[in-house]
Amino acid sequence: MPPGPLRGKLIVIEGADGSGRTTEVALLKERLEVDGHAVVDTGLRRSDLVSAEIDRAKQGHTLGAATMALLYSVDFADQMENKIVPALAAGSTVLADRYIYTLMARAVARGASRAWAQELYAFALRPELVVFLDARPEILLHRSIAKYGSLDYWESGMDLCLSRDLFESFFLYQDLLSREFAWMRERYAFRVVDANRAPEQVHAEVLKLVEPLYDGASRPPSPPRLTRPSSRAASG
Amino acid sequence: MPEAPSPAHGFPGRLLVFEGLDGSGKSTQAALLGKWLAAQGYRVFATEWNSSELVSNVIRRGKKKGLLTPTTFSLLHATDFADRFERRILPPLRAGYLVLCDRYAYTAFVRDAARGCDPKWVRTIYSFAPRPDLAFYFRVPVGTTLKRKLASRQKINYYEAGMDLGLADDVEESYRRFQSRLKREYDRIAAADRFTVIDSSRSVEEIQHALRDHIRPILENFPTGVALTRDG
Repeated sequence: MPPGPLRGKLIVIEGADGSGRTTEVALLKERLEVDGHAVVDTGLRRSDLVSAEIDRAKQGHTLGAATMALLYSVDFADQMENKIVPALAAGSTVLADRYIYTLMARAVARGASRAWAQELYAFALRPELVVFLDARPEILLHRSIAKYGSLDYWESGMDLCLSRDLFESFFLYQDLLSREFAWMRERYAFRVVDANRAPEQVHAEVLKLVEPLYDGASRPPSPPRLTRPSSRAASG
Repeated sequence: MPEAPSPAHGFPGRLLVFEGLDGSGKSTQAALLGKWLAAQGYRVFATEWNSSELVSNVIRRGKKKGLLTPTTFSLLHATDFADRFERRILPPLRAGYLVLCDRYAYTAFVRDAARGCDPKWVRTIYSFAPRPDLAFYFRVPVGTTLKRKLASRQKINYYEAGMDLGLADDVEESYRRFQSRLKREYDRIAAADRFTVIDSSRSVEEIQHALRDHIRPILENFPTGVALTRDG
């Protein structure tokens, strides 16, 4: 789907689990809203059309690779057509916490061809900006342990049977994913941000990429801002 | 999942597909053919593609909220087909069965085309499904299927009638128009993909004899099994 007559901007934050995406999305949303932009945030597995089916499938670990990839695509398509497109048409900024790239990487890591995965998501809108938060596997590992108290079964790719050992599987799986992301970087013009650093530093760099998108866009006049000092400093 | 376009499968089994409109008699014929093959000692595995619980639940939910679009509708059915394929078709095919499929990916090609999805996109999505060894198309006039349906007092399903497309307010009229679209697609695909076309207006016995004749070349050098295993 080519960018249509949609007035809003679609901004995607991509990165592995533990790369700081969710924190960055929250910071960015706050900042854009303070600047007077309407922001709709979205992410994967948030459509209520099939999320129950996805949860059930994950519980039972019963679905094959093609089936799982397609089930995720239903979820995405539903959000694309019922949430993202209407929001953009209304002139809102859509901030996506993950997008088709994660879905494609997961599908390919599970045996799909890249061509198939690309064509499957051919209906997805091309974002105005894709920020890829790049963090080393060791960093992801520690953040994952801090977050879940352990390693997540799916984020460790245990369903791929790469290794029976959760720890080892995590690294093998992250390696498979990062190979896919590496290939997509150029193809989809990812803007890579070093996410091995503190959230404020990451945010400052993301803002540098986001702000030019709004140059020339009419902003409400700025009264004294009430933003937190850290995010003001981050604006550079 | 292999690359598009779907190549021949190369597995020891054989994939036989029965396609056609609802009420074209394909299920009856597939069942009779399966019986005959099994009676000769072949390992037969019969499977059909009707709406599963997953699809019906989601469709019910989507319909209530008016959320389903041609894209989600198409992907949802693709998910369902992939599940059936990975579970019910691929394993017996690899195990060397004669796999009889009452409906296959072509059902989706036809239905999605009628709803306006890009046919090339749809074909790529289904490219994990290999080309069948033999595909039968049961060709029947739409009027005949409607008469059969009404005679058997079956209710016409909302999506079967393409009511979501707003072709007509009247269910019967919408059914007629939507099924005619499907038929046009079937006719086109059957020619392009060289299906064996079966004239559904003939008697059950005549058709069954014709099917048995058509399938003979497939059975050449195909081993019969010792034990028969039924679907389930």
